[in-house]
Amino acid sequence: MSDSASIMPEHPPVTDWINDFDHTDPAWTEDPFPIWEKLRAASPVVHTDRFLGCYMPTTYQAVKEIAYDTDHFSSRRVIVRDVRPEITAKAPPITSDPPEHKPAKQLLLPPFTPDAMKKLEPRVRAICNELIDEFIADGKCDAAARYTKHVPVRAIAHMLGIPEKDGDLFIKWIHGILELGIKDDNALMEAVKEMTGYFAGHLEQRKKQPTDDLISTLMKAKDKDGNPLADEHVLGSLRLLLIAGIDTTWSAIGSSLWHLAKTPADRERLVKEPELMPLAVEELLRAYSPVTMAREVMKETTVSGCPVKPGNMVLLSFPAANRDPAMFPDADKVVIDRKENRHAAFGLGIHRCVGSNLARMEMTVAIEEWLKRIPDFRLDPAGKVTWSEGTVRGPRQLPLLFGKAN
Amino acid sequence: MAGKLKIRVDQDKCQGHARCKSLAPELFDLDEFGNAHEVGDGSVPAGLEDKAWLAQSNCPEIAIEVTEE
Repeated sequence: MSDSASIMPEHPPVTDWINDFDHTDPAWTEDPFPIWEKLRAASPVVHTDRFLGCYMPTTYQAVKEIAYDTDHFSSRRVIVRDVRPEITAKAPPITSDPPEHKPAKQLLLPPFTPDAMKKLEPRVRAICNELIDEFIADGKCDAAARYTKHVPVRAIAHMLGIPEKDGDLFIKWIHGILELGIKDDNALMEAVKEMTGYFAGHLEQRKKQPTDDLISTLMKAKDKDGNPLADEHVLGSLRLLLIAGIDTTWSAIGSSLWHLAKTPADRERLVKEPELMPLAVEELLRAYSPVTMAREVMKETTVSGCPVKPGNMVLLSFPAANRDPAMFPDADKVVIDRKENRHAAFGLGIHRCVGSNLARMEMTVAIEEWLKRIPDFRLDPAGKVTWSEGTVRGPRQLPLLFGKAN
Repeated sequence: MAGKLKIRVDQDKCQGHARCKSLAPELFDLDEFGNAHEVGDGSVPAGLEDKAWLAQSNCPEIAIEVTEE
Protein backbone atom coordinates (compact mmCIF):
# COMPACT_ATOMS: atom_id res chain seq x y z
CA MET A 1 0.00 0.00 0.00
CA SER A 2 1.43 3.35 -0.95
CA ASP A 3 1.61 6.15 1.57
CA SER A 4 -1.10 8.16 -0.10
CA ALA A 5 -3.54 5.24 -0.32
CA SER A 6 -4.00 5.20 3.45
CA ILE A 7 -4.89 8.86 3.71
CA MET A 8 -8.61 9.33 3.63
CA PRO A 9 -10.04 12.15 1.53
CA GLU A 10 -10.25 15.49 3.30
CA HIS A 11 -13.43 15.83 5.29
CA PRO A 12 -15.99 18.19 3.75
CA PRO A 13 -16.70 21.20 5.96
CA VAL A 14 -19.58 20.71 8.40
CA THR A 15 -22.76 22.62 7.63
CA ASP A 16 -25.22 20.61 9.78
CA TRP A 17 -23.58 20.11 13.15
CA ILE A 18 -26.49 18.29 14.77
CA ASN A 19 -26.67 15.47 12.19
CA ASP A 20 -23.15 15.55 10.75
CA PHE A 21 -20.71 16.56 13.51
CA ASP A 22 -16.95 16.20 12.99
CA HIS A 23 -14.44 16.78 15.79
CA THR A 24 -11.68 17.34 13.24
CA ASP A 25 -13.47 20.24 11.54
CA PRO A 26 -11.47 23.50 11.78
CA ALA A 27 -14.40 25.26 13.48
CA TRP A 28 -14.39 22.64 16.27
CA THR A 29 -10.62 22.84 16.63
CA GLU A 30 -10.72 26.64 16.91
CA ASP A 31 -13.68 27.01 19.29
CA PRO A 32 -15.70 23.89 20.19
CA PHE A 33 -17.74 25.41 23.03
CA PRO A 34 -20.60 26.98 21.02
CA ILE A 35 -20.80 23.78 18.94
CA TRP A 36 -21.25 21.64 22.06
CA GLU A 37 -23.93 24.03 23.29
CA LYS A 38 -25.82 23.65 20.02
CA LEU A 39 -25.54 19.83 20.10
CA ARG A 40 -26.60 19.67 23.76
CA ALA A 41 -29.67 21.80 23.02
CA ALA A 42 -30.62 19.34 20.24
CA SER A 43 -30.26 16.02 22.09
CA PRO A 44 -28.33 14.26 24.89
CA VAL A 45 -26.90 11.98 22.17
CA VAL A 46 -26.20 13.07 18.58
CA HIS A 47 -24.95 11.00 15.64
CA THR A 48 -22.79 11.49 12.56
CA ASP A 49 -22.27 9.18 9.57
CA ARG A 50 -18.65 10.28 9.48
CA PHE A 51 -15.98 7.99 11.00
CA LEU A 52 -18.03 4.98 9.78
CA GLY A 53 -20.79 6.04 12.21
CA CYS A 54 -20.29 7.73 15.54
CA TYR A 55 -22.42 8.97 18.45
CA MET A 56 -21.59 11.79 20.79
CA PRO A 57 -23.14 12.17 24.25
CA THR A 58 -23.52 15.90 24.87
CA THR A 59 -24.55 16.05 28.54
CA TYR A 60 -22.67 15.14 31.71
CA GLN A 61 -25.36 12.56 32.46
CA ALA A 62 -25.09 10.83 29.07
CA VAL A 63 -21.28 10.80 29.22
CA LYS A 64 -21.47 9.27 32.68
CA GLU A 65 -23.94 6.57 31.62
CA ILE A 66 -21.61 5.45 28.84
CA ALA A 67 -18.46 5.63 30.95
CA TYR A 68 -20.07 3.39 33.57
CA ASP A 69 -21.54 0.90 31.10
CA THR A 70 -18.68 -1.42 30.17
CA ASP A 71 -21.21 -4.05 29.14
CA HIS A 72 -22.52 -2.22 26.08
CA PHE A 73 -19.49 -0.04 25.38
CA SER A 74 -15.98 -1.41 24.80
CA SER A 75 -12.69 0.45 25.25
CA ARG A 76 -10.88 -1.67 22.68
CA ARG A 77 -10.73 1.37 20.40
CA VAL A 78 -10.10 4.62 22.25
CA ILE A 79 -9.71 7.01 19.32
CA VAL A 80 -12.47 7.91 16.85
CA ARG A 81 -10.87 7.61 13.40
CA ASP A 82 -11.81 7.33 9.73
CA VAL A 83 -10.86 3.66 9.72
CA ARG A 84 -11.30 0.70 12.07
CA PRO A 85 -8.49 -1.70 11.21
CA GLU A 86 -7.86 -4.96 13.08
CA ILE A 87 -6.54 -4.28 16.57
CA THR A 88 -2.86 -5.16 16.60
CA ALA A 89 -1.23 -2.95 19.22
CA LYS A 90 -3.08 -2.99 22.55
CA ALA A 91 -2.26 -0.55 25.32
CA PRO A 92 -3.56 -2.10 28.56
CA PRO A 93 -5.36 -1.02 30.67
CA ILE A 94 -6.80 1.87 28.61
CA THR A 95 -7.84 -0.50 25.80
CA SER A 96 -8.96 -3.24 28.20
CA ASP A 97 -12.51 -4.17 29.25
CA PRO A 98 -13.49 -6.17 32.34
CA PRO A 99 -12.31 -8.66 33.51
CA GLU A 100 -8.83 -8.03 32.01
CA HIS A 101 -8.95 -4.36 32.95
CA LYS A 102 -8.56 -4.47 36.73
CA PRO A 103 -5.35 -6.52 37.06
CA ALA A 104 -3.72 -4.55 34.23
CA LYS A 105 -4.64 -1.26 35.90
CA GLN A 106 -3.56 -2.31 39.38
CA LEU A 107 -0.04 -2.87 38.08
CA LEU A 108 0.19 0.77 37.06
CA LEU A 109 -1.51 2.42 40.03
CA PRO A 110 1.14 2.25 42.81
CA PRO A 111 3.79 4.27 40.91
CA PHE A 112 1.24 7.08 40.33
CA THR A 113 -0.18 7.71 43.81
CA PRO A 114 -0.06 11.27 45.23
CA ASP A 115 2.75 10.22 47.57
CA ALA A 116 4.81 8.88 44.64
CA MET A 117 4.22 12.19 42.84
CA LYS A 118 5.52 14.15 45.82
CA LYS A 119 8.88 12.45 45.35
CA LEU A 120 8.97 13.49 41.70
CA GLU A 121 7.87 17.07 42.41
CA PRO A 122 11.31 18.61 43.11
CA ARG A 123 12.62 17.35 39.75
CA VAL A 124 9.59 18.85 37.97
CA ARG A 125 10.13 22.22 39.71
CA ALA A 126 13.75 22.14 38.54
CA ILE A 127 12.67 21.24 34.97
CA CYS A 128 10.28 24.23 34.92
CA ASN A 129 12.99 26.63 36.07
CA GLU A 130 15.56 25.26 33.63
CA LEU A 131 13.07 25.90 30.82
CA ILE A 132 12.17 29.42 32.02
CA ASP A 133 15.90 30.28 32.29
CA GLU A 134 16.20 29.67 28.55
CA PHE A 135 13.70 32.37 27.45
CA ILE A 136 12.90 34.77 30.31
CA ALA A 137 15.50 37.35 29.20
CA ASP A 138 13.84 37.55 25.76
CA GLY A 139 10.74 39.17 27.26
CA LYS A 140 8.52 36.87 25.21
CA CYS A 141 8.19 33.27 24.03
CA ASP A 142 6.00 30.73 22.35
CA ALA A 143 5.00 29.08 25.62
CA ALA A 144 3.68 25.94 23.87
CA ALA A 145 6.95 25.28 22.06
CA ARG A 146 9.35 26.42 24.78
CA TYR A 147 7.59 25.49 28.03
CA THR A 148 4.30 23.60 28.25
CA LYS A 149 5.43 20.88 25.82
CA HIS A 150 8.67 20.07 27.62
CA VAL A 151 7.43 19.81 31.19
CA PRO A 152 5.50 16.52 30.76
CA VAL A 153 8.00 15.10 28.26
CA ARG A 154 10.87 15.49 30.69
CA ALA A 155 8.83 14.41 33.71
CA ILE A 156 7.62 11.15 32.12
CA ALA A 157 11.10 10.44 30.70
CA HIS A 158 12.51 10.91 34.20
CA MET A 159 9.93 8.49 35.64
CA LEU A 160 10.42 5.86 32.95
CA GLY A 161 14.19 6.14 33.10
CA ILE A 162 14.72 7.12 29.46
CA PRO A 163 16.75 10.10 28.25
CA GLU A 164 14.94 13.45 28.57
CA LYS A 165 16.70 14.49 25.36
CA ASP A 166 14.70 11.92 23.36
CA GLY A 167 11.66 14.13 23.88
CA ASP A 168 11.46 15.30 20.26
CA LEU A 169 11.05 11.69 19.14
CA PHE A 170 8.19 11.16 21.60
CA ILE A 171 6.43 14.27 20.38
CA LYS A 172 6.75 13.14 16.75
CA TRP A 173 5.23 9.72 17.54
CA ILE A 174 2.39 11.21 19.54
CA HIS A 175 1.55 13.62 16.73
CA GLY A 176 1.46 10.62 14.36
CA ILE A 177 -0.86 8.65 16.61
CA LEU A 178 -3.24 11.23 18.07
CA GLU A 179 -3.54 13.73 15.22
CA LEU A 180 -2.36 12.39 11.82
CA GLY A 181 -3.58 8.89 12.75
CA ILE A 182 -7.24 9.93 12.74
CA LYS A 183 -7.12 10.20 8.94
CA ASP A 184 -3.82 8.48 8.02
CA ASP A 185 -3.44 4.86 9.14
CA ASN A 186 0.15 4.59 7.88
CA ALA A 187 1.26 7.54 10.00
CA LEU A 188 -0.23 5.83 13.04
CA MET A 189 1.24 2.40 12.29
CA GLU A 190 4.68 3.87 11.62
CA ALA A 191 4.66 5.80 14.90
CA VAL A 192 3.52 2.75 16.88
CA LYS A 193 6.24 0.63 15.24
CA GLU A 194 9.01 3.12 15.99
CA MET A 195 7.83 3.60 19.56
CA THR A 196 7.61 -0.16 20.16
CA GLY A 197 11.13 -0.65 18.75
CA TYR A 198 12.46 2.13 20.97
CA PHE A 199 11.01 0.61 24.13
CA ALA A 200 12.00 -2.95 23.10
CA GLY A 201 15.60 -1.70 23.09
CA HIS A 202 15.19 -0.34 26.61
CA LEU A 203 13.69 -3.66 27.75
CA GLU A 204 16.67 -5.60 26.36
CA GLN A 205 19.11 -3.26 28.16
CA ARG A 206 17.31 -3.79 31.45
CA LYS A 207 17.23 -7.56 31.03
CA LYS A 208 21.04 -7.37 31.12
CA GLN A 209 21.18 -4.64 33.72
CA PRO A 210 18.05 -3.84 35.77
CA THR A 211 17.56 -0.20 36.74
CA ASP A 212 15.59 1.68 39.36
CA ASP A 213 12.86 3.17 37.19
CA LEU A 214 9.30 2.59 36.05
CA ILE A 215 10.31 0.39 33.08
CA SER A 216 12.11 -2.01 35.43
CA THR A 217 9.21 -1.88 37.89
CA LEU A 218 6.84 -3.00 35.12
CA MET A 219 9.27 -5.70 33.97
CA LYS A 220 9.40 -7.08 37.51
CA ALA A 221 5.61 -6.96 37.97
CA LYS A 222 3.62 -10.20 38.14
CA ASP A 223 0.20 -10.81 36.67
CA LYS A 224 -2.75 -12.06 38.75
CA ASP A 225 -1.50 -15.66 38.46
CA GLY A 226 1.97 -14.73 39.68
CA ASN A 227 3.64 -14.93 36.27
CA PRO A 228 5.89 -12.19 34.88
CA LEU A 229 4.23 -9.96 32.29
CA ALA A 230 4.84 -10.79 28.65
CA ASP A 231 7.09 -8.26 26.89
CA GLU A 232 4.12 -7.37 24.69
CA HIS A 233 2.11 -6.32 27.76
CA VAL A 234 4.98 -4.23 29.13
CA LEU A 235 5.49 -2.60 25.73
CA GLY A 236 1.77 -1.85 25.45
CA SER A 237 1.67 -0.18 28.85
CA LEU A 238 4.80 1.83 28.07
CA ARG A 239 3.23 3.02 24.81
CA LEU A 240 0.18 4.07 26.81
CA LEU A 241 2.18 5.97 29.44
CA LEU A 242 4.11 7.87 26.81
CA ILE A 243 1.12 8.65 24.58
CA ALA A 244 -1.21 9.52 27.45
CA GLY A 245 1.33 11.31 29.60
CA ILE A 246 2.57 14.01 27.25
CA ASP A 247 0.05 15.63 24.91
CA THR A 248 -2.58 15.72 27.60
CA THR A 249 -0.65 17.59 30.26
CA TRP A 250 1.06 19.75 27.65
CA SER A 251 -2.43 20.81 26.61
CA ALA A 252 -3.69 21.35 30.17
CA ILE A 253 -0.74 23.55 31.13
CA GLY A 254 -1.00 25.42 27.82
CA SER A 255 -4.73 26.12 28.14
CA SER A 256 -4.16 27.30 31.72
CA LEU A 257 -1.46 29.79 30.69
CA TRP A 258 -3.62 30.89 27.74
CA HIS A 259 -6.50 31.60 30.13
CA LEU A 260 -4.27 33.44 32.60
CA ALA A 261 -2.65 35.46 29.80
CA LYS A 262 -6.03 36.85 28.71
CA THR A 263 -7.62 37.08 32.18
CA PRO A 264 -5.56 39.48 34.33
CA ALA A 265 -8.03 39.30 37.24
CA ASP A 266 -7.55 35.53 37.67
CA ARG A 267 -3.80 35.82 37.16
CA GLU A 268 -3.42 38.57 39.76
CA ARG A 269 -5.57 36.67 42.21
CA LEU A 270 -3.45 33.54 41.92
CA VAL A 271 -0.27 35.57 42.42
CA LYS A 272 -1.74 37.21 45.55
CA GLU A 273 -3.51 34.09 46.87
CA PRO A 274 -1.37 31.09 45.96
CA GLU A 275 -3.41 28.97 48.39
CA LEU A 276 -6.17 29.03 45.75
CA MET A 277 -4.07 26.89 43.40
CA PRO A 278 -5.71 23.52 44.19
CA LEU A 279 -9.20 24.91 43.40
CA ALA A 280 -7.89 26.85 40.40
CA VAL A 281 -6.22 23.79 38.88
CA GLU A 282 -9.48 21.82 39.14
CA GLU A 283 -11.45 24.66 37.56
CA LEU A 284 -8.97 25.01 34.69
CA LEU A 285 -9.19 21.23 34.22
CA ARG A 286 -12.97 21.48 34.08
CA ALA A 287 -13.21 24.45 31.75
CA TYR A 288 -10.42 23.36 29.37
CA SER A 289 -10.39 19.57 29.74
CA PRO A 290 -7.99 18.38 27.09
CA VAL A 291 -8.96 14.74 26.63
CA THR A 292 -11.81 13.25 24.59
CA MET A 293 -11.95 9.46 24.70
CA ALA A 294 -13.86 6.92 22.64
CA ARG A 295 -15.87 3.75 23.05
CA GLU A 296 -17.23 1.22 20.57
CA VAL A 297 -20.90 0.19 20.83
CA MET A 298 -21.01 -3.59 21.29
CA LYS A 299 -24.73 -4.17 22.00
CA GLU A 300 -27.88 -2.20 21.34
CA THR A 301 -29.01 -0.06 24.27
CA THR A 302 -30.30 3.40 25.16
CA VAL A 303 -28.42 6.34 26.63
CA SER A 304 -30.47 9.09 28.30
CA GLY A 305 -33.44 7.67 26.39
CA CYS A 306 -31.70 7.74 23.00
CA PRO A 307 -31.27 4.47 21.07
CA VAL A 308 -27.66 3.47 20.41
CA LYS A 309 -26.73 0.74 17.90
CA PRO A 310 -23.68 -1.51 17.53
CA GLY A 311 -21.27 -0.84 14.68
CA ASN A 312 -20.87 2.76 15.77
CA MET A 313 -18.13 4.45 17.72
CA VAL A 314 -18.80 6.91 20.55
CA LEU A 315 -16.95 10.19 20.90
CA LEU A 316 -16.79 10.31 24.69
CA SER A 317 -16.32 14.01 25.26
CA PHE A 318 -15.43 14.64 28.89
CA PRO A 319 -14.69 18.25 27.87
CA ALA A 320 -18.29 18.72 26.68
CA ALA A 321 -19.66 17.04 29.83
CA ASN A 322 -17.69 19.52 31.91
CA ARG A 323 -19.42 22.43 30.16
CA ASP A 324 -22.95 21.13 30.86
CA PRO A 325 -24.90 23.87 32.70
CA ALA A 326 -27.20 21.22 34.22
CA MET A 327 -24.17 20.00 36.18
CA PHE A 328 -22.14 23.16 36.69
CA PRO A 329 -23.65 26.61 37.39
CA ASP A 330 -22.01 29.19 35.09
CA ALA A 331 -20.54 26.26 33.17
CA ASP A 332 -19.21 28.54 30.43
CA LYS A 333 -17.31 30.75 32.88
CA VAL A 334 -14.01 30.08 34.61
CA VAL A 335 -14.77 30.55 38.31
CA ILE A 336 -11.22 30.35 39.58
CA ASP A 337 -12.24 29.46 43.17
CA ARG A 338 -15.17 27.14 42.29
CA LYS A 339 -15.90 25.10 45.42
CA GLU A 340 -18.12 22.30 44.15
CA ASN A 341 -16.52 20.70 41.13
CA ARG A 342 -17.19 17.07 40.22
CA HIS A 343 -15.55 17.54 36.83
CA ALA A 344 -14.78 14.53 34.66
CA ALA A 345 -11.53 15.73 33.08
CA PHE A 346 -9.84 12.45 34.05
CA GLY A 347 -12.81 10.32 33.11
CA LEU A 348 -15.45 8.57 35.20
CA GLY A 349 -15.67 4.95 36.28
CA ILE A 350 -13.06 2.21 35.94
CA HIS A 351 -10.97 4.00 33.31
CA ARG A 352 -10.15 7.00 35.54
CA CYS A 353 -6.85 8.33 34.18
CA VAL A 354 -4.02 6.44 35.85
CA GLY A 355 -1.82 9.53 35.59
CA SER A 356 -4.26 12.02 37.11
CA ASN A 357 -2.07 12.63 40.16
CA LEU A 358 0.95 13.16 37.92
CA ALA A 359 -0.96 15.56 35.68
CA ARG A 360 -2.25 17.58 38.63
CA MET A 361 1.21 17.84 40.14
CA GLU A 362 2.77 18.90 36.82
CA MET A 363 0.04 21.49 36.19
CA THR A 364 0.31 22.91 39.69
CA VAL A 365 4.08 23.10 39.61
CA ALA A 366 4.28 24.45 36.05
CA ILE A 367 1.77 27.26 36.78
CA GLU A 368 3.29 28.07 40.20
CA GLU A 369 6.85 28.31 38.92
CA TRP A 370 5.74 30.35 35.90
CA LEU A 371 3.80 32.83 38.09
CA LYS A 372 6.76 33.18 40.48
CA ARG A 373 9.12 34.13 37.66
CA ILE A 374 6.67 35.78 35.21
CA PRO A 375 3.72 37.15 37.21
CA ASP A 376 2.67 39.51 34.39
CA PHE A 377 2.16 38.24 30.84
CA ARG A 378 -0.31 38.55 27.99
CA LEU A 379 -1.06 37.17 24.52
CA ASP A 380 1.30 38.58 21.89
CA PRO A 381 -0.94 40.45 19.42
CA ALA A 382 1.70 39.91 16.71
CA GLY A 383 1.38 36.12 17.01
CA LYS A 384 -1.41 33.60 16.61
CA VAL A 385 -2.64 30.97 19.07
CA THR A 386 -3.25 27.63 17.33
CA TRP A 387 -4.94 24.51 18.75
CA SER A 388 -4.34 20.79 18.27
CA GLU A 389 -6.91 18.77 16.34
CA GLY A 390 -8.99 15.82 17.42
CA THR A 391 -8.51 13.74 20.54
CA VAL A 392 -6.50 16.05 22.78
CA ARG A 393 -7.14 19.80 22.75
CA GLY A 394 -4.64 22.43 23.75
CA PRO A 395 -2.57 25.31 22.35
CA ARG A 396 0.21 24.25 19.99
CA GLN A 397 1.40 27.83 19.47
CA LEU A 398 1.03 30.21 22.38
CA PRO A 399 2.93 33.45 21.78
CA LEU A 400 3.20 35.45 25.01
CA LEU A 401 4.71 38.81 25.97
CA PHE A 402 6.08 39.24 29.50
CA GLY A 403 5.62 42.25 31.75
CA LYS A 404 2.78 44.68 32.27
CA ALA A 405 0.94 46.04 29.22
CA ASN A 406 1.71 49.71 28.54
CA MET B 1 -27.71 22.29 66.35
CA ALA B 2 -26.77 19.47 63.96
CA GLY B 3 -25.27 16.28 65.34
CA LYS B 4 -21.82 14.88 64.68
CA LEU B 5 -20.92 13.97 61.13
CA LYS B 6 -19.72 10.61 59.93
CA ILE B 7 -18.15 9.88 56.55
CA ARG B 8 -17.81 6.69 54.56
CA VAL B 9 -16.15 5.95 51.21
CA ASP B 10 -18.01 3.40 49.11
CA GLN B 11 -15.20 1.07 48.00
CA ASP B 12 -17.18 -0.13 44.99
CA LYS B 13 -17.58 3.40 43.69
CA CYS B 14 -14.19 4.96 44.53
CA GLN B 15 -11.92 5.10 41.47
CA GLY B 16 -8.98 6.85 43.11
CA HIS B 17 -9.45 10.41 41.87
CA ALA B 18 -8.03 11.40 45.29
CA ARG B 19 -9.95 14.67 45.42
CA CYS B 20 -11.03 13.91 49.01
CA LYS B 21 -7.45 13.33 50.19
CA SER B 22 -6.38 16.60 48.59
CA LEU B 23 -9.24 18.64 50.11
CA ALA B 24 -9.52 16.94 53.51
CA PRO B 25 -6.31 15.04 54.30
CA GLU B 26 -7.35 14.82 57.99
CA LEU B 27 -10.42 12.78 57.06
CA PHE B 28 -9.31 10.53 54.18
CA ASP B 29 -6.41 8.23 53.45
CA LEU B 30 -5.31 6.35 50.33
CA ASP B 31 -4.23 2.74 49.93
CA GLU B 32 -1.27 1.55 47.86
CA PHE B 33 -3.38 1.81 44.68
CA GLY B 34 -4.46 5.35 45.49
CA ASN B 35 -8.05 4.41 46.41
CA ALA B 36 -9.58 6.31 49.30
CA HIS B 37 -10.99 5.28 52.66
CA GLU B 38 -12.10 7.25 55.70
CA VAL B 39 -9.62 7.78 58.53
CA GLY B 40 -10.51 5.70 61.61
CA ASP B 41 -14.22 5.02 62.01
CA GLY B 42 -15.14 8.00 59.86
CA SER B 43 -16.16 10.29 62.73
CA VAL B 44 -15.56 13.90 61.71
CA PRO B 45 -13.79 15.86 64.47
CA ALA B 46 -15.39 19.16 65.46
CA GLY B 47 -14.23 21.97 63.19
CA LEU B 48 -13.71 19.74 60.13
CA GLU B 49 -17.37 19.54 59.09
CA ASP B 50 -16.91 21.96 56.17
CA LYS B 51 -14.03 19.88 54.84
CA ALA B 52 -16.17 16.74 54.98
CA TRP B 53 -18.88 18.41 52.89
CA LEU B 54 -16.30 19.91 50.52
CA ALA B 55 -14.75 16.49 49.88
CA GLN B 56 -18.20 14.98 49.40
CA SER B 57 -19.20 17.62 46.86
CA ASN B 58 -16.04 17.18 44.78
CA CYS B 59 -16.01 13.40 44.40
CA PRO B 60 -16.63 12.70 40.69
CA GLU B 61 -17.89 9.18 41.46
CA ILE B 62 -20.34 10.24 44.25
CA ALA B 63 -18.51 7.69 46.42
CA ILE B 64 -18.54 9.64 49.69
CA GLU B 65 -21.46 9.44 52.10
CA VAL B 66 -21.80 12.02 54.85
CA THR B 67 -24.35 11.23 57.56
CA GLU B 68 -25.39 13.09 60.69
CA GLU B 69 -25.44 10.99 63.83
